[in-house]
Amino acid sequence: MMTVSTDSGRTGLAVSGARAVTEEVLRGDGRGGGVKAMLFQSGLFAGLGFALLGLVTILVWAWIAGSPRLEMGLFTNVPDVIDPGQAGFRTALLGTLYAIGGVVLFIVPVGVGAAIYLEEYADQTRWRNRLIEVNIQNLAAVPSIVYGILGLAFIVRGPLSLGKVVAAGSLTLALLVLPTVIITAREALRAVPDTIRQGSLALGATRWQTVRRQVLSVASPGILTGVILAVSRAAGEAAPLLLVGAVTFTRFNPQLLDGGYSVLPVMIYNYAKRPQEEFQTLAAAGVIVMLIVLLTLNSFAIWLRNRHENRLV
Amino acid sequence: MAEGIDTGPLTLSRSRPRYRERAVEVFLVTCAILSVGVTTAIVVSLVGPSIQFFREIPLGSFLTGTTWTGVPRDGYFTVLPLVTGTMLIVFWSLLVAVPVGLACAIYLSEYAPRRVRKVVKPALEILAGIPTVAIGLFALFFLHPFLSGLLPFLDWVPPFSVGVAGVAVGLMIVPIIASVADDAMRAVPSGLREGAYALGSSRMHVAVRIVFPAAISGVIAGIVLSVARAVGETMVVLMAAGLQPNLDFTFTESAQTMTSFIGLRATGDIPVGTIVYDTIFAVGTMLFLMTMALNLVAMRLVRRFREEYE
Repeated sequence: MMTVSTDSGRTGLAVSGARAVTEEVLRGDGRGGGVKAMLFQSGLFAGLGFALLGLVTILVWAWIAGSPRLEMGLFTNVPDVIDPGQAGFRTALLGTLYAIGGVVLFIVPVGVGAAIYLEEYADQTRWRNRLIEVNIQNLAAVPSIVYGILGLAFIVRGPLSLGKVVAAGSLTLALLVLPTVIITAREALRAVPDTIRQGSLALGATRWQTVRRQVLSVASPGILTGVILAVSRAAGEAAPLLLVGAVTFTRFNPQLLDGGYSVLPVMIYNYAKRPQEEFQTLAAAGVIVMLIVLLTLNSFAIWLRNRHENRLV
Repeated sequence: MAEGIDTGPLTLSRSRPRYRERAVEVFLVTCAILSVGVTTAIVVSLVGPSIQFFREIPLGSFLTGTTWTGVPRDGYFTVLPLVTGTMLIVFWSLLVAVPVGLACAIYLSEYAPRRVRKVVKPALEILAGIPTVAIGLFALFFLHPFLSGLLPFLDWVPPFSVGVAGVAVGLMIVPIIASVADDAMRAVPSGLREGAYALGSSRMHVAVRIVFPAAISGVIAGIVLSVARAVGETMVVLMAAGLQPNLDFTFTESAQTMTSFIGLRATGDIPVGTIVYDTIFAVGTMLFLMTMALNLVAMRLVRRFREEYE
C-alpha cells in the first residue's frame, strides 16, 4: 500500500518535471535557459557568500574591536565597575572552568549511559522506550532560558535548594546539553557494525562486556566529539545562567557551593551593558578569549569526527 | 566426558546469577529515565507558579490586553506586546535566513564539488557554534551602526533595533535551515535526478523542479526548527533589540520578546511567591508551549520525508 503510493508519487513528480522540461525545450529556451540558470547559480553563490561573509565579519570585528585590551591583565584582573582599564575576567574565567568541569562530570556518565541503554539494551518497539526517545528530541528543542527557569525553581530553590552558587549553574547547563550528548552518542553507537557485537557474544562475552570492551572502544571518538560539542555549547551559554545567579560582579574566586559567581558569557553581557566605550572594548576582548577557547574545542571535534569517518568507511 | 566427574544435567541457563550485569542495566535505565525526569521537572516547575499567576490575572487580558504595564498591576498583565515582539524577531530573521539558508542547501546538495562541501559544511557548523552573546555584541556595536549607515532614510533610534536583532538571529539560524534542508535534498533518490537529466533538463531545473519539491517536507521541517530557535533566542534579543515592548510592525524601533522579558525580570533577586516571580513562569509556560508545538510539527515532517525515501 505504502510502496504503491510512494511509487506513484515519484512517477508523478518525474512526469511533471519531464513535461515542464519538454515544454521549455520546445519553446526554444530549453536546457534551463542560459541566462536564467546563470542568475540562479549566482543567487546560490550570493546566499552562500552572505552566510560565510557573516561568519568572517563576526570574527574579524570581534578581533578588531577587542584587540586594544588583549593583554595578560584580561586573564588575571578581577572585574571592576569603575575603572575599565583595570577590569578583567579572572573570576568569570574560573567560574566558566568550574561550570564546565561539573558539566563534564555529569554528562559523560549520564548521557552516555542513557545512549547505551537506548541503543544496546532497549527494545525500540516498546512504547516506553519510544516515549523516552521522543522526549529527548523534544528536550533538545526547549529554549535555553526555560532551563534557566527550571534551574531557578528546582536547583537554586525548591527540591535541591543549592542557592545561587556555581554548582547550581553547572547542573543547569548539564541538563541543557544532556539531550545533545545522548543524541550524538546514540549516533556513534549506531555506527558500530553489528558483526563486532555478534563476534564478541559468540566468544562468550556477556552483554555488558561486549558493550564496554568492543562497542564503546569503537564508538568512543564519536562519543567524545559529541561531548566536546556539548561542552563548547555550555561554555558559550549565557541566558539560563542569568536566572540561576551568574550576574554578580564578584571579585572573589568562585567556590563550588558557596558565594556568588559569574561566567565568561554573562560577564561579557554585563560589560556590554555599561555605557563607557572602554567597557565595550573589554566585552569584545572577552569575546575573543571565548571564541579562541570554543574554536579550539570545535575544530578538535571536527578533526576527530573526520578521522573517525575515514576509519569506518 | 571423563569418567568419575559428575557434570550434572546439561543446561543452557546461567551457571550463577550475574549481579554485575543487572546492576549495570539498572544504572543505564536510570540514566535514560532521567531525561523524562527533566521534562517532568520543567513542567512541574512551570505549572505551580503559573496557576498562582492565573488566579490573579484573567487569561483573557493576559492574551489580548494591549496596554503594557511592565509588571502585573491591579489584576492586569498582558503578554501580547511580548508575543508581537517575538513575532517581529521571527519575521525579520526568516527574511534573512530562508533565502540564504535555502541557497546554501541547494548549492551544497546539488552543485558543490566534494572539496568545496568539505570546507563549507564545517564553516556553517562553526557559525552555528558561535555563542549568542558574541552575536548580540556584534549586532549591537557593529550591525546597528553599519545598517543605519547603509539605510540612512529609516528612522533609527540608537542603540536598539528589533530589525537588526532579527537579522543577527537570522544569520544564527542559517546553519539550521541549511543543514536540515541539505539532508532532505540529499535523501531524494538519484533516480529522480537521472531521469530528469536524461530528458534534457539543466541542473537548475533538476534542483528547482525535481529535488526541491521532492524534499519539501524536510525543507519545511528545517524552517520550523529555525523558527523554534528564533522564538527561544534570548541573548541577541536582550542585547540588540532593546527593552521597550512594541505592538507595531517595525524594523528600526526597539521591542521586547518573551525571552528577553524573562531574562530581564529574573536578573534581580525576586522573592518567591510574589506575583512578579509568578509572571516569569507564566511567560515561560507560553514560551515552552510554543516551542514544543513547533518541534512536534518539525518532527512529524522529518519522519514523513524519511518514510518516503529511506
